[in-house]
Amino acid sequence: MARVLVGVKRVIDYAVKVRVKPDKTGVVTQGVKHSMNPFDEIAVEEAVKLKEKKLAEEVIAVSVGPAQSQEVIRTALAMGADRGVHVEIPAAEYELLQPIHVSKILAKLALDEKADLVILGKQAIDDDANQTAQMTAAVLDWPQGTFCNKIEKTDAGLTITREIDGGLETIKTKTPAVLSADLRLNTPRYATLPNIMKAKKKPLKKVTAKDLGVDTSPRIEVISVEDPPVRQAGATVADVDALVAKLKEGGHI
Amino acid sequence: MSQLRSKVISLYKHLQYLGREYPGLNGPQKFRKQIHDAFMNHKDEQDPKKIVALLAQGRYLAKEVEALYSLKKYRSVKQRYSYND
Repeated sequence: MARVLVGVKRVIDYAVKVRVKPDKTGVVTQGVKHSMNPFDEIAVEEAVKLKEKKLAEEVIAVSVGPAQSQEVIRTALAMGADRGVHVEIPAAEYELLQPIHVSKILAKLALDEKADLVILGKQAIDDDANQTAQMTAAVLDWPQGTFCNKIEKTDAGLTITREIDGGLETIKTKTPAVLSADLRLNTPRYATLPNIMKAKKKPLKKVTAKDLGVDTSPRIEVISVEDPPVRQAGATVADVDALVAKLKEGGHI
Repeated sequence: MSQLRSKVISLYKHLQYLGREYPGLNGPQKFRKQIHDAFMNHKDEQDPKKIVALLAQGRYLAKEVEALYSLKKYRSVKQRYSYND
């Protein structure tokens, strides 16, 4: 029986068109729909599945971020997590918070809560860092199973099928371990309204980074955030000769 | 009968809740109106058997909508994070 820690991040919803602020210091987040990072949903689903298979006894959802991050913890609780931990970071500080800080926080929590397994999404769809799981494993000095496609419990530990370039890789790890969920690990369930209501009664602990003894002072400075280059309009040509002439002109042939 | 009544109400609430993120222009409003109309069409239904059948139909619809959302999300994330196909 194991205790599972799942990391959930509140990000701008996948369906929203992201806009850059006019002063180029970041993206517009005010009045924009936010939801749980899709890869974290997969991680929560996997943890809840482990619990349903009686391979885990408790699922703890953790989110690091400003006050609104509690929303995604509630969603995780509605999906079936047992309790939540919210590590509150002031909004101003959160903008410069990086995976290294988050991984230290998660590592500390994993030890404090005596977790046997940490499951995270492989990356967040806002900063696309893909570092938190790897760094958490490094800080804890635990084995890591990244980009999980399938997680199976075996006698001594876990057998994990990983998604790698051009195929799948199967590895065995001991527990405790840190895993990161890839897209095809499972299909997350929908958090229904009655479950969201019930989730409000589940315990949610609030701590700060200072309580955990983690220094969250920024290590980077944002110089400028810019839109990706706009794709240039194409043109139609009358016939093959015109096409060849155009290609020659452009230096393609 | 009263048990059925509460089941109908909770199904209605669930469908209205699902409608919040229905895709398309005015998607949520349209979807919620359709659900409302569908329930109103059968408001005088008294036969318990028929009500049970309608409830099953409604639950089937709810499952389909949930599947639609999850597929939509899966597809857009897959499109953004796959490089080889």
